[in-house]
Amino acid sequence: MNTTHVLKTEQVKPNPKEEKNVFEIAGLNLWYGNDQALYDINMNIPENQITAIIGPSGCGKSTFLKTLNRMVEMVPTVKTSGTIKYKGTNIFDPKRNVEDLRTHVGMVFQKPNPFPKSIYDNIAYGPRIHGIKKKKDLDEIVEKSLRGAAIWDEVKDRLDENAYGLSGGQQQRLCIARCLAIEPDVILMDEPTSALDPISTLKVEELVQELKENYSIIIVTHNMQQAARVSDKTAFFLNGELVEFSDTNTLFSNPEDQRTEDYITGRFG
Amino acid sequence: MESAGSLKKKPLDVQEKIRENKEKQKMFRKLEKLVPVFLFLSAAFSVMTTLGILFTLLKEAVGFFSVVPVKEFFFNTSWKPWSGSFGVLPLITGTLLITFIAISVALPLGIAAAIFLSEYANSRVRKVIKPTLEVLAGIPTVVYGFFALTFVTPILEKFIPELQIFNALSAGIVVGIMIIPMVASLSEDAMNAVPNSLREGALAMGSTKFEVAMKVVLPAAFSGVVASVVLAISRAIGETMIVTIAAGQSPNFTFDPTMSIQTLTAFIVQGTSGDTTYGSTIYYSVYAVGITLFVFTLAMNLLAQYIARRFREEY
Amino acid sequence: MNGFMSKEQWKKRLNRRILVNRIFYILFFAATTIGLIFLAMLLYRVLTQGLGCLNMDFIKGFPAPYPDEAGIYAGIVGSIYLIAIVAPVSLVLGVSTAIYLEEYAPKNRISRFIQSNIQNLAGVPSIVFGLLGLTFFVYMMGFGYSLLAGGLTMSLLVLPIIVVAAQEAIRSVPNELKEASYGMGATKWQTIVRVVLPASVPGILTGSILALSRAIGETAPLLIVGAAAAIYTLPDSVFGPYTAMPIQIYSWISRPGEEWPLVAAAGIIVLLAVLLLMNAVAVIIRNKFQKRY
Repeated sequence: MNTTHVLKTEQVKPNPKEEKNVFEIAGLNLWYGNDQALYDINMNIPENQITAIIGPSGCGKSTFLKTLNRMVEMVPTVKTSGTIKYKGTNIFDPKRNVEDLRTHVGMVFQKPNPFPKSIYDNIAYGPRIHGIKKKKDLDEIVEKSLRGAAIWDEVKDRLDENAYGLSGGQQQRLCIARCLAIEPDVILMDEPTSALDPISTLKVEELVQELKENYSIIIVTHNMQQAARVSDKTAFFLNGELVEFSDTNTLFSNPEDQRTEDYITGRFG
Repeated sequence: MESAGSLKKKPLDVQEKIRENKEKQKMFRKLEKLVPVFLFLSAAFSVMTTLGILFTLLKEAVGFFSVVPVKEFFFNTSWKPWSGSFGVLPLITGTLLITFIAISVALPLGIAAAIFLSEYANSRVRKVIKPTLEVLAGIPTVVYGFFALTFVTPILEKFIPELQIFNALSAGIVVGIMIIPMVASLSEDAMNAVPNSLREGALAMGSTKFEVAMKVVLPAAFSGVVASVVLAISRAIGETMIVTIAAGQSPNFTFDPTMSIQTLTAFIVQGTSGDTTYGSTIYYSVYAVGITLFVFTLAMNLLAQYIARRFREEY
Repeated sequence: MNGFMSKEQWKKRLNRRILVNRIFYILFFAATTIGLIFLAMLLYRVLTQGLGCLNMDFIKGFPAPYPDEAGIYAGIVGSIYLIAIVAPVSLVLGVSTAIYLEEYAPKNRISRFIQSNIQNLAGVPSIVFGLLGLTFFVYMMGFGYSLLAGGLTMSLLVLPIIVVAAQEAIRSVPNELKEASYGMGATKWQTIVRVVLPASVPGILTGSILALSRAIGETAPLLIVGAAAAIYTLPDSVFGPYTAMPIQIYSWISRPGEEWPLVAAAGIIVLLAVLLLMNAVAVIIRNKFQKRY
């Protein structure tokens, strides 16, 4: 089981850039209490690419994403087995603390969730909690992050205003900027556009494309068109299992598994 | 718009900085392990308060019962501590009399107000009336006591000439007014929790609002309403200043509301006033009365919680 | 209409039902207003009685054996000193307890016990707290009839109210905000200090001000732990004798004579004014921060 999916991954890409993986997941199972939510997931997620995760709601795609930075452990009854290697080290290693993992693996959430603080303080939040206090450094980080999230021009004159005054789409890009501020290697995105209007969605999608140069991005989406538009690789989850994982073009044009085909052709989900 | 690509040549490497600060952060993280310990101790403090109350009441009450037999305390009908007679019954009847009068006032008025607010009033009316009603709950009890003595009693005297200056009726009525907001707001919460679909179902069959209130909402919210009344009873039993000021200090074994009586709480005030010496039987008797009061109110509070918990399971 | 009732009968019945509804609407409304009428009478009565005595001499005067010389200054200062003890003690303990229960407490029997203990403590009559204070602070700790004993007793009294208010405020902070913080590698304590507490400060403040105004109006426990009725100097230390506004009012109410009630009414006006001020502050804070999320 382990090898088949990995092999599938290797087969489809001749691109040398993709040889490095940020995550190597082997035999991952996850339970909420007694209910198993993920079954024996094996996959390698490549570096500096956009990996989309699709599947009907309740298929475990969000759970899987939140396992990658161990946010899933916010639910106290969660149990896991198997390994997830982030750049070679197991993230479940008891010696590794979650805070350190999360400084390298950032996250953008379904609903824009800026803090009820100024735009500046929102961006400076991450650096500050990691001990960066100098105003000069923070100023630089704030500008760079907001530019990185393509929202600098819109907010540069009102950095001291409350972030709640921004529109939904702007708030979500602010949240992406906030995530960029600590310069993680990976950005996990949990349906980042599901609460946005089409124009804001487009802007966020463009941004995601740009970010790919410096970041490995894993994006959960319920929207298959979005996955097809933005991602390099796509994984299809169903009932807690990874059904298929391959190049986005391949998966959508020539799926190997019948269930994948049923889903992308809209027969269920 | 600058492209994200330019980020690659970072003039300031944030992760590098984070790494520099790592040792310091590690120290903080170790200190953080102590935080829950400190917080738990704070939380345990409230438990210690309860234990402290139980301990002090029991300790001094035991001192009392080593002098006065338990049987005399509970069955003697005369409470004259300064002449050595310690039968708590007059204080209990006094307390019950006040509570009965208070609930007779607060129950109909409080529930009627709750029905009005939850079933009849529109949101604008509610926004005015509710906070104003809450003001009643925020008035200090010493003010109520003053009002009972100097205003309510003289008015009642016009209708009941034999009324004593200090009497249970006036104090009981004012205690009742004081607990109206409690009955009204807790009952209203219970009524608001009744799903609107039930109301709509009844209204769609042609019921009037009154019929909906009486036949649908009130039965559905019944246990919540009962819990609010039980809590109000507990408040009335524990109320001190109104009865101390307006009901007097005469422990009469009577249910006549025109007479002056003494409640459990009023005796505690009297018994701890300046001229009681520490360690005397009267001093100890205060705690025996105190534990009686505590048991009464605790039983009421637990009963209210029990009823309210059952109510929550209904939907 | 149908086989059971003629159309006329039915119509008559309907009219009667509508009439009943109308009558009870009026009755329920009248019942609701009785409390408000009572409140209005109380305020009117206190104002008409007390305004005559209310002047600068009254506010700046000490207790006196004659009604026209009596003042409430010692009471005002005493109440302020009491709050100066109650506010820090009950806020630190109350907010810490609330943080523990909402953020740290494991879901087990001990946590449930602490929670229900706080609920029960909030229902204990205030006079029983007075007895606790008398035994523990006045006699066992040896504080005597001092400001400190009074302040600590009052702190225990308002503690459960502050805990419950703070818990509600903390619980209302959206989970998404906490997730955002954890997602950037913040620790639990960093998240609490930088996200949860700032977001819940308005709620905690509003609840605490209301709890403290309860402490200002509370009389019975202070009588038990020996606040003085007559005091001619201000407390010079936390171990000194003290008085408070409601204690002054109570002592004036208990005195015989025609004029003492008027002095008491003047004292009540001052007390109610202070409470009104505190509640106004609480309402302003609540309205200012209401539309946060």
